Amino acid sequence: MTALIFIIFAGIAVFCAINLVVQTHPIASALSLIGVMGSLAILYLQLGGEFIAAAQVIVYAGAIMVLFVFVIMLLNAGAETVSFQISRFVRYLGALLLAAFLGLISLIIQAALPRTEGVLFGTFQGTALDVGRKLFTTYLLPFEVTSVLILIAIVGAIVLARKEV
Amino acid sequence: MPNAPGLFNAPVPLSWYLILSAVLFALGVAGFIFRRNIITVFMSIELMLNAVNLSFVTFSYEFKQVDGHIYSFFVMVVAAAEAAVGLAIILTVFKNRATLMIDEVNSMKY
Repeated sequence: MTALIFIIFAGIAVFCAINLVVQTHPIASALSLIGVMGSLAILYLQLGGEFIAAAQVIVYAGAIMVLFVFVIMLLNAGAETVSFQISRFVRYLGALLLAAFLGLISLIIQAALPRTEGVLFGTFQGTALDVGRKLFTTYLLPFEVTSVLILIAIVGAIVLARKEV
Repeated sequence: MPNAPGLFNAPVPLSWYLILSAVLFALGVAGFIFRRNIITVFMSIELMLNAVNLSFVTFSYEFKQVDGHIYSFFVMVVAAAEAAVGLAIILTVFKNRATLMIDEVNSMKY
């Protein structure tokens, strides 16, 4: 079942990622990105990342993408207008070369990785308890620094998006 | 046969996850380079961050440690901060230039 679920959701993720790059309208790209994030959340769950799968759905697909869609609607962004024309031949050649490059990368990864047992659902579970315990002991300082970063980002966003700028 | 090892019962090799991560990252780079709309370019960056998160979680599984989860959590936090500031910058650029095409925002070039 693990392999079947992996194949289905990896396929959805790759399809949505290709769609993100190919579509010219930003709202179509945004919806494709939400598809990628949702299927990646399923894969995180499969790898035992319960907390990170929930955070992926809530923070990424929920908060960040809503922000993106708001900005697209606010700016009334339409389809992209091309400033220079690329011939059809170059387009297909580029796609072919990208596919060849990705094939090469996957061959290298396959060859370089030592043989391991592989992923089976349920062998490892990083529950919210484990993540929280480690986050508030070993990683306490980075966590606190992160809160300062968020504060700076909020103030910066408000200053930049003010009316008078 | 509930537990017979077959094509769909076998464990997934770890390299598949890493290959998926590499593919998503490469597609993000392609979108970053080829798209002209600044919002789509920004979304390609988010795609790259997601691909890296998948690698983190995969290695976290392999080493049976939650450290990778915490790193990808921090990546999410930084991505949220980056999205807030970046979209505010896009709003300001649009207010001053009335365009979203990155080719037309080129006054730094001259």
